[in-house]
Amino acid sequence: MIKIRETDHMEYMDGMDKTDHQIMSRVLDMTNKYEPLVFTSEDVRKVLFQENIGIDGLKVLLSPAAQPYLEDMALRAKQETAKHFGNTVCMFTPLYIANYCENYCVYCGFNCSNKINRGKLSMSEIESEFKAIAETGLREILLLTGESKTASPVSYIADAVRLAKKYFSTIGIEVYPMNVYEYAAIKEAGADFVSVYQETYDPKRYEEVHLRGHKRVFPYRFNSQERAILGGMRGVSFGSLLGLGDFRKDAFSAGLHAYFIQQKYPWTEISFSLPRLRPFINNAGNNPNDVHETQLLQVMLAYRIFMPFAGITISTRERAGFRDNVVGLCATKISAGVKVGIGGHGDNEQKGDEQFEISDSRSVDEVRKSLIERGLQPVFTDYVRV
Amino acid sequence: MIDRFIIGGHEFNSRFILGSGKFSLEMTKKVLENSGAEMATIAVRRADSGSSDNIINYIPKGITLLPNTSGARTAEEALKIAMLARELGCGNFVKVEVIRDTKYLLPDNYETIKATELLAKQGFIVMPYMYPDLGAARALVNAGASAIMPLGAPIGSNKGLVTKDFISMIIEEIDLPVIVDAGIGRPSQACEAMEMGCAAVMANTAIATAGDPATMASAFKAAIEAGRMAYLSGLGRVLKDRAEASSPLTGFLED
Amino acid sequence: MLLNGKEMHIDCEKSLSELLTDCGYQINTIAVLKNGEVVSKKEIYTLNVTDNDTIEVVSFVGGG
Repeated sequence: MIKIRETDHMEYMDGMDKTDHQIMSRVLDMTNKYEPLVFTSEDVRKVLFQENIGIDGLKVLLSPAAQPYLEDMALRAKQETAKHFGNTVCMFTPLYIANYCENYCVYCGFNCSNKINRGKLSMSEIESEFKAIAETGLREILLLTGESKTASPVSYIADAVRLAKKYFSTIGIEVYPMNVYEYAAIKEAGADFVSVYQETYDPKRYEEVHLRGHKRVFPYRFNSQERAILGGMRGVSFGSLLGLGDFRKDAFSAGLHAYFIQQKYPWTEISFSLPRLRPFINNAGNNPNDVHETQLLQVMLAYRIFMPFAGITISTRERAGFRDNVVGLCATKISAGVKVGIGGHGDNEQKGDEQFEISDSRSVDEVRKSLIERGLQPVFTDYVRV
Repeated sequence: MIDRFIIGGHEFNSRFILGSGKFSLEMTKKVLENSGAEMATIAVRRADSGSSDNIINYIPKGITLLPNTSGARTAEEALKIAMLARELGCGNFVKVEVIRDTKYLLPDNYETIKATELLAKQGFIVMPYMYPDLGAARALVNAGASAIMPLGAPIGSNKGLVTKDFISMIIEEIDLPVIVDAGIGRPSQACEAMEMGCAAVMANTAIATAGDPATMASAFKAAIEAGRMAYLSGLGRVLKDRAEASSPLTGFLED
Repeated sequence: MLLNGKEMHIDCEKSLSELLTDCGYQINTIAVLKNGEVVSKKEIYTLNVTDNDTIEVVSFVGGG
């Protein structure tokens, strides 16, 4: 029997850095007051003519009233993407180096009660993965672990990052939320980007789905991007797991979160990811809130118009046809050659089970060719280490 | 909701700030009356022991004096001038004007930021005159400014809102009142500044060089009120040329 | 001593307020710098000046 839901999800646990709550308060407050149903087509039409749509504009574009206007939103989004990114699309791949996890998140394949094969790569196994990935031409990598500080401590991640520096110019991490000095250590090791997804910004819903572990603490997770920036990270990524809660409100919260962080730390690179709930091993029917492709696209387009300079990543959770059409339209970063199990690139054997099912398993070369066919420019590296 | 204009905790009923330079003393009084302004800038200069007539006597009671630090070339000089102004008895408002360029009379943002910090620490309500640079505006906020006063065009040029786009950015990103200062040449330009969302407008040369300055002051008053009203009522959409995609961009959705 | 850039002489130490009044200034309409430092209203009446001092007297004029 696992002891669950014993702790207050708004209370920090021992050892967690406590930082300023101003942004969190504003996001929660404004989301509480956001009523997607009050907006009309007239509101949508007005917003699409504004140069700077602002937070009020985001409210409108995320509302059901905007859904019939997807084509107009797409036209506007395409212009913004072209203005800020030209026709370039960054390519990268994620590498899961460990899937041990101490959290119990009801929707996730890695959750601590799920009976899956747990794996953790050694440094030499990691290096062999890097070699295989680098051979495909990729220069940007995202390192992931499940959330277990004991199995995959900060030092392990830092070692992996240091190793990655030999092969890649851009390194991001998507791991458990860390304290400021821990992010600083990872930054020094060579990473520049941090992704932490709040999953849902509704504290009540959050409490329902995060039953145990450090992830249960809502404010600590929320403030991760700010701590990463304080630790010196160059860029941070935001996102909600669409479908976990009220997706319009969750999308709004993530948008606000990014906006306020950008306002407070104007030199930071901002980007969005839009994961949607997908079936995973042992739990194929766990999806109460439906987010179809139409709604997903609506959120992506709204983000592009709201923060034209922010990056938007499209994951392999979506099918190839969807991915191919959103790059150049609103998405600016795409993964390829993806394996979401532990390791498994090139000739290497997969060491642990996947977090979710992927829908687009095309190789780097296939995705690269597809981008070129659509008149887009694949970019493998945007940075030079000085 | 009532539309209120507050700087440094003081409320003003007029969004027109008058520069008092370039007028005869008599004209100053008439212009101020017609403009409805509740704030007027003044400068600090060497006093002539002979003359008994002081500009203060021509500024109607109830108008807030806004001494400026014109003449200062560094933050330290600006501080001195502000302290002198305070000794002259004008309250705590000060407009920071630090110009190191005698050809274009452009404000030095760097010295202005330093001056703002020094003055804010001394309890002044600081209104810095600056070259519209969003980064500098942010620094001014952090330094303790109570408003931001970006120039519309070079002083005295009457060219209007040459820096319009950059002022727009400052209005969008900064929470303090943004007051356009310098370069406004016509009431329509003052109106435009208010339509954009400026909190107030400052003008001097445009009125002083008009054929009938007293009437021009009235015109500016009306224009600024009109502009503010337009801003509050939400400007209508502007029809732009819109390109149409030849085939739908969202035809690929499957569910 | 210098007063607003003009050279003048005083025979002995004098009170600042007396000097200013003697020169025709109305003290309530001016502010003073003594050797580069701002003099408060109160200090005008408590400070003295000697022949080595530099005094600047300012008041408001139209401007800005």
